[in-house]
Amino acid sequence: MGTRITVPAALCALLAILVAMTQKDILGQYGVTVLCTMGIYIILSASLNLVNGYMGEFSCGHAGFMAVGAYASSIAGVFLFVPDKVFGHPWLPMSCAPFAFPLILAVGFVAAALAGLVVAIPSFKTRGDYLAVITLAAGYIIKSAIENVESVGGPRGFMGMSKVVQGMDTVMELPWMLIWIFLGVVFTIWILRRFVYSTYGKGIMAIHQDEVAAEIMSVNTNKMKLIAFMLSSGLAGLAGGLYAFLISFVNPASFTILRSTECLVMVYLGGMGSLSGSVLAAIAFTIMLEFLKPLEQLKWVAIPLVLILLMQFRPEGIMGNRELSDVFPKLKRFYRFK
Amino acid sequence: MALLEIKELTQRFGGLIAVNDFSVSLEGRELNALIGPNGAGKTTVFNLVSGFYQPSSGSITINGVNTRGMKPHQVTALGVARTFQNIRLWNDMTVLDNIRVSQHYRLGYSLMDSILRTRRYADREAAIERTAMELLEFLGMKDLAGEYPPNLSYGIQRKVEIARALSTKPKLLLLDEPAAGLPSTDVVELIKLIGWIHKEFDLAIWMIEHQMTVVMSLCQGIKVIDFGATIAEGSPEDIRNNPTVIKAYLGDEAI
Repeated sequence: MGTRITVPAALCALLAILVAMTQKDILGQYGVTVLCTMGIYIILSASLNLVNGYMGEFSCGHAGFMAVGAYASSIAGVFLFVPDKVFGHPWLPMSCAPFAFPLILAVGFVAAALAGLVVAIPSFKTRGDYLAVITLAAGYIIKSAIENVESVGGPRGFMGMSKVVQGMDTVMELPWMLIWIFLGVVFTIWILRRFVYSTYGKGIMAIHQDEVAAEIMSVNTNKMKLIAFMLSSGLAGLAGGLYAFLISFVNPASFTILRSTECLVMVYLGGMGSLSGSVLAAIAFTIMLEFLKPLEQLKWVAIPLVLILLMQFRPEGIMGNRELSDVFPKLKRFYRFK
Repeated sequence: MALLEIKELTQRFGGLIAVNDFSVSLEGRELNALIGPNGAGKTTVFNLVSGFYQPSSGSITINGVNTRGMKPHQVTALGVARTFQNIRLWNDMTVLDNIRVSQHYRLGYSLMDSILRTRRYADREAAIERTAMELLEFLGMKDLAGEYPPNLSYGIQRKVEIARALSTKPKLLLLDEPAAGLPSTDVVELIKLIGWIHKEFDLAIWMIEHQMTVVMSLCQGIKVIDFGATIAEGSPEDIRNNPTVIKAYLGDEAI
């Protein structure tokens, strides 16, 4: 049993260290923001890997589902806690904010998972390039739809979430967003890892490798696709919700094709079908973004260039279908997952 | 009641009639063959039985259940498994995983069980792994459990594919050209294997095969089709001497 608790214990320790460091102001506001962004990127790349890596479809509308989650969570947060001219009086006192926050994120998750149906249902009959076009269109539909809803600010964006974050601070002075994002990352990796390592989840890999054989060998391929797309977009929605409360402002322009491209870069950088690859790639990518900041718009020349070089010289990505524990088998000693 | 009952099955692809008014009735535990020249519609019949196509007309009944409108995974759950002409294993999964995933229809746990790792999940996963390992051991392939299919010889891949089909616990096993591409020494092995499986697993086998040594030494009943229509049926002896069959295979001048 001893080894079983190693990972949870290590995670608790890491969270405690991070919280302590922010309390002592060692990281600084900038450091905390970078760490939070990193966490959101980890959720985005790991969740996209489920569809693009494990199931072998090419989804390029991930930002759209992130947007659904961001708006749904923001609206839920404002609706519950902030007086607003559209959504009326708050339903709950601010002191409940830290406890109700998971609920707010859950709203974003569910809304984005339902939006995932827009892609999941066509995927029953469509594959490959054609499905990629559908995901692209879905991303645009979501963005344009939000732009046209005046009650959430249309193209100007939506705000008011900062009051909820401040509300959490009144209950207790903690780096709340850092904690929620940390928990969000742990939740994402936990759920994805357990899913793809079960025989049930391996049905998704069977679809990737030979869909006809999967269906004939009793895998309910439609159901598996539904689960994969909804889980993937739901987790993107979770990332969206966290992102919205982190920067206290959402607008449709944050969820363009550029954001989806970022997600794709991370998945292919990390390696398809590798969760640890996605995590490493998201960390590397965030750091790279920060270093390339001085280039301003030119960083959008540099980042796609990375993708071109990657496809030329290491098309399988950093990890390439393997996990960290396959590269360093000794790591297996520290945890036991079936 | 017949295990598989096909009545007046017709399949059209545009103007082409791939299967024309095909009927057959197979009892449990029989070993039959479906033969015919290239393009005769044999694989189409298998695709129809396994639910991959919906027939233009006619009916397919498995153990009294009409399969119209069913998806292939539902047909598999009724007890029909098949192999493919060109081997279709999942190449990035180990042999063991191939045989685990093919038990998908009777996993017996839900998505939530897999995420929460409930007791039911642990029990069922253990049972699935046990079934897979027992099957591999029974077929003498226990050592290959951790291998990836592309590292195995063609003959062994065939055997793994048959094992994968068997793991769905079929009552009827459809083999689509099991001897295709095998060297003659392996064909002898394959004949022994199919005969042994037929006996040990207590199931009916229906195979498409071009190599007459396989068909003649194994099958009790043979059905011959050409251009989608049945041209002959009977025991191996009858078929061997049937002039219509010889004509379909060799053309008019050979007679």
